[in-house]
Amino acid sequence: MEYILILVGTVLVNNIVLSQFMGICAFLGVSKQMKNSLGMGAAVIFVMVCATLCTYPIYILLDKFEITYLKTVAFILVIALFVQMVEMILKKVMPPLYKALGIYLPLITTNCAVLGVTITNVDESYNLAQSVINALGTGLGFTLALLLFSGVRSKIDDSKIPETFRGVPATLIAASIVSLSFMGFSGLIG
Amino acid sequence: MSDKAKKGSLYELTKGIIKENPVLVGLLGMCPTLAVTNQAINGLGMGIATTFVLVCSNIVISLLKKVIPSTVRLPSFIVIIAGFVTLIEFLMKGYLPAIYSALGIFLPLITVNCIILGRAEAFASKNSVLASALDGLGMGIGFTLALFVMASIREVLGSGTFMGLKIPVLCDNSMLMFIMPAGGFFVLGVIIAVVNKIANKKPPQTLGCAGCPHAATCQNMGACEGEEKAE
Repeated sequence: MEYILILVGTVLVNNIVLSQFMGICAFLGVSKQMKNSLGMGAAVIFVMVCATLCTYPIYILLDKFEITYLKTVAFILVIALFVQMVEMILKKVMPPLYKALGIYLPLITTNCAVLGVTITNVDESYNLAQSVINALGTGLGFTLALLLFSGVRSKIDDSKIPETFRGVPATLIAASIVSLSFMGFSGLIG
Repeated sequence: MSDKAKKGSLYELTKGIIKENPVLVGLLGMCPTLAVTNQAINGLGMGIATTFVLVCSNIVISLLKKVIPSTVRLPSFIVIIAGFVTLIEFLMKGYLPAIYSALGIFLPLITVNCIILGRAEAFASKNSVLASALDGLGMGIGFTLALFVMASIREVLGSGTFMGLKIPVLCDNSMLMFIMPAGGFFVLGVIIAVVNKIANKKPPQTLGCAGCPHAATCQNMGACEGEEKAE
């Protein structure tokens, strides 16, 4: 039950993009096409879950030596190295998957959502299972937001908008309305 | 110092404030811009923290530009930046505990703020120490200003206060939507549109690779843009 609560909470109620404001750059940059959104979403879910698995033991180690203030440095380094490694391994071992996720991987290092999830896990002092569920839910929420928004964006491109608002401003205002609709979920969990 | 050099350094300082404002023109660092701007004081705090990290990391990276091998430069930059972020976290926790807790997770997330890595890659790793420091300061001031303006609008409309002080008529008729996430997107969209109108230039139609926050770190330059064009 507790796991379901975390999952629902991260996917719908506290959606990482629309109410936590993390990963906005990727959200605005990649949500132009349904296909790209799916690829980016899959890459993010994968990296988030794996980064959580990597950073969990590291935090225990940091905690043991009482140097938890180094968590930001340690986590970002691990994420950067991990992403680089995954890229190399995928290229060698699973070329089709690399082709599908390849372009998105290097972008993920600087995606604040990934670092955000690992830090949230620590702040909320989740155990391993809770952390993984949290990462999974956050990744799913990210993908959901991207997918929904790519649909909205294809409509914006077809409509007549005043010159000044065309492009990024219109996209942001549309994001505001999508975010408003997600606020309807806020009563879902206590 | 010749006159030309002086003009040059003044330009490095001022370009980030309006002409190349990282948020409103460069469309970088959107996450903190949207997240912490529900109160003017938080916007100001975030802006100053980011400016501090930006100036320090620009100086250090510029000093080390000949030492860092180009193949491992991005991890090196990130570690340098993360070091300064940890420093500012300590300082804020000690001296400004209220802002520290209001900014929450977005303080450690300064590490992955695209503005800082972008300036490190695009400017500090190629220019002199003085120019890099001024560039960092200018960009930081531009970021702080954008955040402060946006946070002021949201605070005045959303809760009817400014820097915590109540504004007579507005505080009884506050529009809650503006301090909610949806309001953040809306206000930023309108501000960018207004800046476009004033600058009288065409708004950025796509983020493309030029406006892509990841351009600095992207190893597939043009790959994603090509795909969009193919459509």
